[in-house]
Amino acid sequence: MSGRFVRLAEMDRKPLTFLVDGAPVDALEGDTLMVAILTSSRRLRDSEFGDGARSGFCLMAACQDCWVWTSDGDKLRACSTFARAGLEISRRAPEATWPNLP
Amino acid sequence: MAEPSIIVVGAGPAGFRAAQTLADAGLRPIVMDEARRAGGQIYRRQPEGFTRSHQDLYGTEANRARSVHDGFDALLPHIDYRSDTLVWHLSDGQAWTLGPDGHRSTPYDALLLCTGATDRVMPVKGWHHAGTYSLGAAQIALKAQACAIGSRVVFLGSGPLLYLVAAQYAKAGANVAAVLDTSPFSARIAALPNLLCQPAVLWNGIALTRDIKKAGIPVLYGVTPVEVVGNPETGVGSLRFRASDGTEQDIDCDAIGMGHHLRPEAQLADLARCDFAFEALTRQWLPVQDSDGRSSVDGVYLAGDGARISGARSAEVSGRLAALAVLKDLGFPVDSADLTHLRSAKARYGRFARGLAQAFPWPSEQAKALPDETIVCRCEAVTAGTLRETVREAGAREANRAKALSRVGMGRCQGRYCGLAAAEIIAAEAGVPLESVGRLRNAAPVKPIAIGTARTSGE
Repeated sequence: MSGRFVRLAEMDRKPLTFLVDGAPVDALEGDTLMVAILTSSRRLRDSEFGDGARSGFCLMAACQDCWVWTSDGDKLRACSTFARAGLEISRRAPEATWPNLP
Repeated sequence: MAEPSIIVVGAGPAGFRAAQTLADAGLRPIVMDEARRAGGQIYRRQPEGFTRSHQDLYGTEANRARSVHDGFDALLPHIDYRSDTLVWHLSDGQAWTLGPDGHRSTPYDALLLCTGATDRVMPVKGWHHAGTYSLGAAQIALKAQACAIGSRVVFLGSGPLLYLVAAQYAKAGANVAAVLDTSPFSARIAALPNLLCQPAVLWNGIALTRDIKKAGIPVLYGVTPVEVVGNPETGVGSLRFRASDGTEQDIDCDAIGMGHHLRPEAQLADLARCDFAFEALTRQWLPVQDSDGRSSVDGVYLAGDGARISGARSAEVSGRLAALAVLKDLGFPVDSADLTHLRSAKARYGRFARGLAQAFPWPSEQAKALPDETIVCRCEAVTAGTLRETVREAGAREANRAKALSRVGMGRCQGRYCGLAAAEIIAAEAGVPLESVGRLRNAAPVKPIAIGTARTSGE
């Protein structure tokens, strides 16, 4: 499936690969997670409120519409986190787990 | 007396010039910046390993961008620079931060807030569809990542950034379908007397429009957006709008960059308990400051677009001026000729900014006309209809009450992108002046942070 973002320059950077929802995604060194994901697909996450796919909005770490998750369940802002080889990213929030309270 | 602790928040043009002025006086300010690399947004640097020149990235502002970047690098030995550091709260004379080494609190004697701006956005029905971005976002995609936000892009809204981003996209070879300006061309004529006080900047703006038209991109004035037509799965498909002659048109596109000039990121000024005042021209609440950038709170100073939208050139001037105010208040000698010169430059930029506000007005009447089913709060998908019902049924005529009852402004962006439009909707529905609706109170943390990590070490 074609991507949303279109690369216009700076394509000589070193390639790298990481996983998004278990499938490999090709990126370039210096790509944000957002750019890496949206150059090969059209959505970054789904709205929790049922209004459909989202793909970020502000790109300057202010709107928080680009949250994705690591395999450890940590939340990342895709617009301000760089892609790294070997990262495992999920576009879906992990199931909520409640710690046992003392 | 021990050397005073001075914190500068932000490393854009205002924060850089403030820090430089303090360092020139022999002090060692702490500069806290949320970004990984200094420069701010308009002079945002591309990551290491990218090779485009300053000329490619910043056009007519290349020399200014280079002087901010090189100047900041030269300053590094003389400041305590903390990048990747979010100031998320201010209390008890301390800045509470989350950075690479976790949570910290740092006391200050003087605090300079150079927090910059974000896009001011008027919602359009369907703007929640994937592929709708702010104008600032469209510019960052290009500047910092060498990407266009789509394969066929419409730019919509008003303000200098509309033309700057469209011209940058055209120059970089992106496919721009149209530039749709909500302001009427006549507003620009009325603004000329103020705009002419900065002829060089005005000329740059005119040249941008010329470049866009030369690239064969249609530029329409006096446009009323009707709907971002799209699909929940695939996102934006077209933009429907009413042209100035009243005809309705549809432009195919897979991405929209939208915005109506900018708004200050004034959350920290609010947490520092600075007074705010309503500005009728821009229909915004702004932190109160004196001619040099002193806020209403002792020891707290304001500069750059975080205090009042005046642009990057102005930010360099107001950053230096606010730093001189700090020095003066701390008892350091300050050259009064410098003060006079900077004050008059700041006033000139202020006049130009008023001209821009006249030329590219915030389309408040659009808020009133938004169909009820329009999502106003993108974070939690709250509609204009729900907000209006809150006003009608529960009598909420004040911004914070309407927020509590409707959740508009309560989501993850904390009202940054819906707050100004929501206030217009409330005012229109209640039939009261915008001023009486008030402004959303800011709360810590100013951006979401993980609760589990809030163990703080002092210094």
